[in-house]
Amino acid sequence: MIKNPKVLVLRTAGTNCNEETAFGFSYFGASVDQMHVHALATGQSKLADYHILVLPGGFSYGDDIASGRILANELRLKLGEDIKKFIADGKLVLGICNGFQILTKAGILPGLSSSTGQEATLFHNDSAKFEARWVHLSVTGGKCVWTQGIPAQIYLPVAHGEGKFIPRDSKVLDALRGNGQIVFRYRTASGTSPSYPDNPNGSIEHIAGICDPTGRVLGLMPHPERHFLNHQHPFWSRLGKKEKLGDGAKIFENGIKYVKENL
Amino acid sequence: MIWRVEIKQKSGLLDAGGQAVLKDIVDLGVSSIQDVRVVGVYLLEGQLSREDVKRVCQELLVDPIVEEYGFSSSPKKESQAHSIIEIAYNPGVMDPVEASTLKGIRDLGIAQIQAVRTAKQYHFWGALSKKDIEHITHRLLMNKLIQHAVESAAQAIPTTLTLGAASKAQFDVLIVELLKASHKDLMQISKKGQLYLSLNEMKTIQAHFKKEGRNPTDVELETFAQTWSEHCHHKTFRGIIRYREGQKGRPKIIRSLFKSTIAKVTRDLNKKWCVSVFHDNAGVIAFDKDYHVCFKVETHNHPSALEPFGGANTGVGGVIRDILGTGLAAKPLANTDVFCFAPPDTPARDIPAGALHPKRVMKGVVSGVRDYGNKMGIPTVNGAIVFDKHFVGNPLVFCGNVGLIPRGKEIKQVNKGDLIVAIGGRTGRDGIHGATFSSGELTSQSEMVSSGAVQIGNPIEEKKLLDALMKARERHLYSSITDCGAGGFSSAVGEMGAQTGARVDLDKAPLKYQGLRYTEVWISESQERMIMSVPPAHSDELLKIFDDENVEACVLGEFDGSGRLQLFFHGHQVCDLDMRFLHDGIPLITKDAVYQPPKLKAEKLADKENLTDDLCAALSHFNVASKESVIRVYDHEVQGTSVVKPLVGIHTDGPSDAAVIAPRLGFNKGLAISNGINVRLGMIDPFWMAASCIDEAIRQIIAVGGSLERMALLDNFCWGNPDKEDRLGTLVRCAQGCYKAAKAFGTPFISGKDSLYNEYTHQGRSLAIPGTILISAMGILEDISKAVTMDLKKTGNSIYVVGTTFDELGGSIYLANEGQLGQNVPRVRFPTAIKTYQAIEKVVEKGLIASMHDVSEGGLAVALAEMAFAGGRGITGFVKAVPYQGKSRHRRDREDVILFSESNSRLLVEVESRHEKAFKQMLKGIVHAKIASVEASSEMMVYGLKDQVVINANIFDLKQVWKNPLF
Repeated sequence: MIKNPKVLVLRTAGTNCNEETAFGFSYFGASVDQMHVHALATGQSKLADYHILVLPGGFSYGDDIASGRILANELRLKLGEDIKKFIADGKLVLGICNGFQILTKAGILPGLSSSTGQEATLFHNDSAKFEARWVHLSVTGGKCVWTQGIPAQIYLPVAHGEGKFIPRDSKVLDALRGNGQIVFRYRTASGTSPSYPDNPNGSIEHIAGICDPTGRVLGLMPHPERHFLNHQHPFWSRLGKKEKLGDGAKIFENGIKYVKENL
Repeated sequence: MIWRVEIKQKSGLLDAGGQAVLKDIVDLGVSSIQDVRVVGVYLLEGQLSREDVKRVCQELLVDPIVEEYGFSSSPKKESQAHSIIEIAYNPGVMDPVEASTLKGIRDLGIAQIQAVRTAKQYHFWGALSKKDIEHITHRLLMNKLIQHAVESAAQAIPTTLTLGAASKAQFDVLIVELLKASHKDLMQISKKGQLYLSLNEMKTIQAHFKKEGRNPTDVELETFAQTWSEHCHHKTFRGIIRYREGQKGRPKIIRSLFKSTIAKVTRDLNKKWCVSVFHDNAGVIAFDKDYHVCFKVETHNHPSALEPFGGANTGVGGVIRDILGTGLAAKPLANTDVFCFAPPDTPARDIPAGALHPKRVMKGVVSGVRDYGNKMGIPTVNGAIVFDKHFVGNPLVFCGNVGLIPRGKEIKQVNKGDLIVAIGGRTGRDGIHGATFSSGELTSQSEMVSSGAVQIGNPIEEKKLLDALMKARERHLYSSITDCGAGGFSSAVGEMGAQTGARVDLDKAPLKYQGLRYTEVWISESQERMIMSVPPAHSDELLKIFDDENVEACVLGEFDGSGRLQLFFHGHQVCDLDMRFLHDGIPLITKDAVYQPPKLKAEKLADKENLTDDLCAALSHFNVASKESVIRVYDHEVQGTSVVKPLVGIHTDGPSDAAVIAPRLGFNKGLAISNGINVRLGMIDPFWMAASCIDEAIRQIIAVGGSLERMALLDNFCWGNPDKEDRLGTLVRCAQGCYKAAKAFGTPFISGKDSLYNEYTHQGRSLAIPGTILISAMGILEDISKAVTMDLKKTGNSIYVVGTTFDELGGSIYLANEGQLGQNVPRVRFPTAIKTYQAIEKVVEKGLIASMHDVSEGGLAVALAEMAFAGGRGITGFVKAVPYQGKSRHRRDREDVILFSESNSRLLVEVESRHEKAFKQMLKGIVHAKIASVEASSEMMVYGLKDQVVINANIFDLKQVWKNPLF
C-alpha cells in the first residue's frame, strides 16, 4: 500500500502543460515534482523514486523535425532502460498530446514487441494545420487502469497539429484491436462514427488514445487536464451542473487510486 | 563537408501540406496544377561518415512509419509537367529548426556535427509557365527578405553553412566628424546612418560633444539615436504641441499630451489598487491577497508589413518579454491579439508596389502569432480583426500579454555594484535599426533598406528563458530585470543603468557568429534576450540555474556607480557617455496640430420593406463575420485557466464578448479581458471614437459579469506622421476623448504605447492609416461561477435591451455596406452609462441573468442574431418595443436605424420569467425594455413599427452567412 503516491511530471525546453497536469495529480493527493529531463539524464534525480511518470503536453524542442521526436530519442537513448524497468515494476505512465507523440515515437507505445522500434506514429493533421477544438470520445475501458469507471462517452479538448494516428501496418492495428489497447476514439456528439471536424485530424479508425498491453501506459491526444474542472467546459454556463470536476478528472483519480491500491 | 538529405512522404499517404499549398495556389488564380508534394531538405555540415548520416536519417530526421529519405546533390525533374521550387533561408537568417536538430544529432553521440540548415522543396505537377512559377514563388512560398529560391547546384549544396567564420572583422574605432559639421552635414550624418534624428537633436548632440572637446564614436551616436527615437522616447506625446481647432482657431499649448490626458486620468482617479503604472514594462494592478496582475499591449506594425510571419512572431515574443520584464518578472497568463488589415478581397491592382496582399499579410500574421503563442504555452484568449481599405500599405498588429506576479515582486531596483547579466538568445546582426526604423514612414523601398530589421522569433528559446527565470525569481537572485526590445542592449542597459551608470565589455556577449562590430553587438535587436542586475554574491547560483535549464547567461559588466555609460571592445573604450545627458538631454520638440472636423455627407437611406438581406450583409461584413478559423489555430486553453472562451454556445462557435480566465487553478477569482476598436468612428470624430472604444471595452467586461469597480485600461495609438499638423490634430482630439471617457468611468489607464509614422509613401503620395486607437481593458470577477455568456439558454425566456438606442448610424456597418460613412457618430452619455453598468453588475451578482451580449458593430439586429444562433434558439422580436430617441423631427423613426444603429452603452439580456420581476425591480431608473422572447423554433422573426415582418430568417442560415466570409 502506497500512502503517498509520487508523480514525476517530466518537462524540457518547450513543454508547457506541466503545471495544470501537476495540479490534476496534486488535487487527488499526490506529491508531484515537475522535473527537467536534464535532472534525470544526469542522475541528479531517479525515476525509480516515483510511481507515475507523466509526459505532459507542449512543444518539446519546438516539435522541430517532427513532434516529440527529439525528446523521444532522448528518452530512448538516455533513459531507455530506466523506463523499461519502471514499467516492468508495475508503475504507471501517462502521455498527453505531445507526451503521447513522444511515447509513440520512442517505441514505448503501443509497446507490442519488446524491441524499441516504432510501431505507429502521430502525423500531420489532414487539415494541415494546428487546431484547438473540443471532441467527443468513446471510451473502451478494458484493461486500461487509467480509464476504469469513466462514462462511455466524454468531452475533452484537443489542441495539436500532428495528431493523426497511423499504425505501421495492419498487423499492428489488428494487435491493438485484439489486445483491447484502443482506449479512446473520436465520435460525434450522438456517438456515431465521425468525419472532420469531429475526428479533428484524420486518425486511422478515429483513434485518439491507446494503452500498452499492460494497460498501465496510456497515451492520448486530447487534454484531460483541460477538462479537469467543470468551468473549463466550453458551455458550462448552459448546463447548470453543480459538480466541481469535469470529464478529465477521473483519469487522474484512477492513476492515484491504482498506485495506492496496487503498488 | 556538407551532406544533403531529402525527406519525402511514402507514396499512398495524403500529403496534407502539399494539399494546403495547392489550395493556396488555386486561390492565387493558377488552376493548372494537379498535385503538389512537399519535400524536406536538410543540409548537414561536419566530418560525418555516410554511416553517421544514415543513422541521423533513420533515427532522427525520418519518421519510419510515413517517410523515406534519399541523398541527392540537387533536385531532379521527372517530366516536362513536373516543376520544382526549392526555398531556403538567406545566410544570417535564423533557421528555426537548426538549434534543436543540432541537439538531436549530438544526442545520437555524433558530436562532430557543426551546422544544419533546412530548405523546403515544392514539387508541382501540371503545366506551369515561367510567370506562374515566379508568381507562386514570390506571392506564396517565400519572402525575399529572409528566403531565396535555390537556383543552382552551388546553392543546393553551398561550400559552408557557417556564417562569418572566416571574416573576423578588423577592429577599429570609428570616429564621426561632428564638431566641424555644418547643418547640412549633420542631417547627412543622421540620414546616412539611419539615425532618424532631427536637425535640432543633432545640434544638441554636437553642442554636447563640443563641451566634451571631442568627436563621438559611431556607437555613441547610435546610442543617442536609439535612446531618443520616437519608438523609445515618445517625443510626440512628451513634447510641446500647439493645438488649434480649425486653421484659424486660437492656439492652445499642450505641454506633454501624455501627462495632460492619459496619465492625468490615472493621477486624478488615484486608485489604491493601481500598483505600478506607466513606468515599468507593463501596468500592474492588485488581484488577490497573494498576487497582482499586469497587462501590456505593443504594436509591431512596420515589421509585420514587410515580413508578416516574422513581424507578428517577434511582436508576440516582444510583448511576452515585457511581462517577464515587469517588476522582477511576471508569469504570462494570456495573449491578446488585434489586427487591422485591408479586406482580403482587395483587387491586386489596388495593392501599392512593395506592399504585400492583405490576404498574405493576414495569413502570415496569424501564423506568426500562433507559432509563438502556442509554443510558449500561453493561451490567446481575446482579439479582434478590423478590415479597412486604408490599411493596404500599412497593416496594424497589436500584441498583448497579461501576467501574474506575486505581491512584492513588482518592485525592482538596480544597485550600484550589481552585475549586468545577459540571458537568453545569442546576439547576431538581426534587427539592426529596428527602433529607429519604426520611427519613420514606410516606403516602397523600405524592404530594401530595412531588411536587417526583419526577424523570425524562436519561441522555445523564450520558453526556456521563462522556465529558468521563474526559478531564479523564487530564489530572489536578482534585483532588477528588463527585456531587450527595440534598441537591444543599448536600450536595456541604458535604461537600467540610468541612475548608476554602466560598464560593459561587449566582447563577452555570446554571439551567433563571429565578425560583429561593437556597434552591431550594442544595438542588435536579436530576439529572446533580457538583461538582469545581479548582486555579485548571487551570481554563481543564478548562472547554475540558467545552465540547468540550458539557457545562456553571461556577465557583461557592472552597474558601476560612475553615472556614465562606458563600453569596451577588444580592450578599447568605444563609448563614454554621461547617463544624465543621454536620458534627459533630448531637446523638447514643439509640433503644430490642427483639428479640422471633416466635411461629411449626410447619410442617405432608401426605404425598405424588409431588412433580412441587410442583416445578412451586416453578418457577413468582414468586421462582424466569425473569426473562428483564426481562433481555432490559437491554443486558447493551455494553462487550464479558461472560464469564458472566445467561442461559446451550444455548438462552441458563438462570439463571446470578453475572455474570462481564472489565473490560479482551483481558485474562483477571475480576470476578464476585452478590447475596443472601431476605426470608422475616428474618420467622423476621433474624440467619440476614443469614448466609444472605451465604452465598448468596458461594456464587454460588464457583459461577461465583470465589474466597473476594479477595471483598468490600456491605450494604443496608431497614427500617421505626427509631423503633419492634420494628423497630429486628430491625435490630440483622440487623446482628449480618452481622458474624458476614462475619467468619467473611473477606469484608470495603467499602460499604453503609441506607434506613429504609420504612413506609406508611394510615388510621392502619402497614404496614412486612419488614426486608430485600441483600448484594452481588464477587470476582476470575484466569482467565476457567476460569469455570463452570450448564447441564448432557454425557450420562453425574455430578452431585454438595457440602454437607449439613438439615431447614430454614423460609422456603422449598415452604412458601410451602403458605401457610406455618415456623420451621426455614436456618443457616450457617461452618467447614464455608469448607472447602467452598475445596475447590471448587481443583477449578475444575484444570478438573474441567463445570457447577455454587448450591442456593438451591426447594432441590435446583429447582436440578437448572434445570441440566437450561438444558443441554437429562435427569437421573436419587436422594434416597436425598443427604447429609441430619434435625432430630430426631420425624419420619421425607421426600423433600419433602430436595428442597425451602433449607439453605445447597450446590452441585451436574457432573463428567465421567474426572475423578471426582480430584474425589473433592480433596473428601476435605468432605461430597459423587453423587446424579444426566446423561441423553440429556429426562426428569427422581427416585427417592425407597424407590426409588419422586417426580418425573417432561419438562425442556422444566418450562422452560415456569418461563418462563410473568413473561412
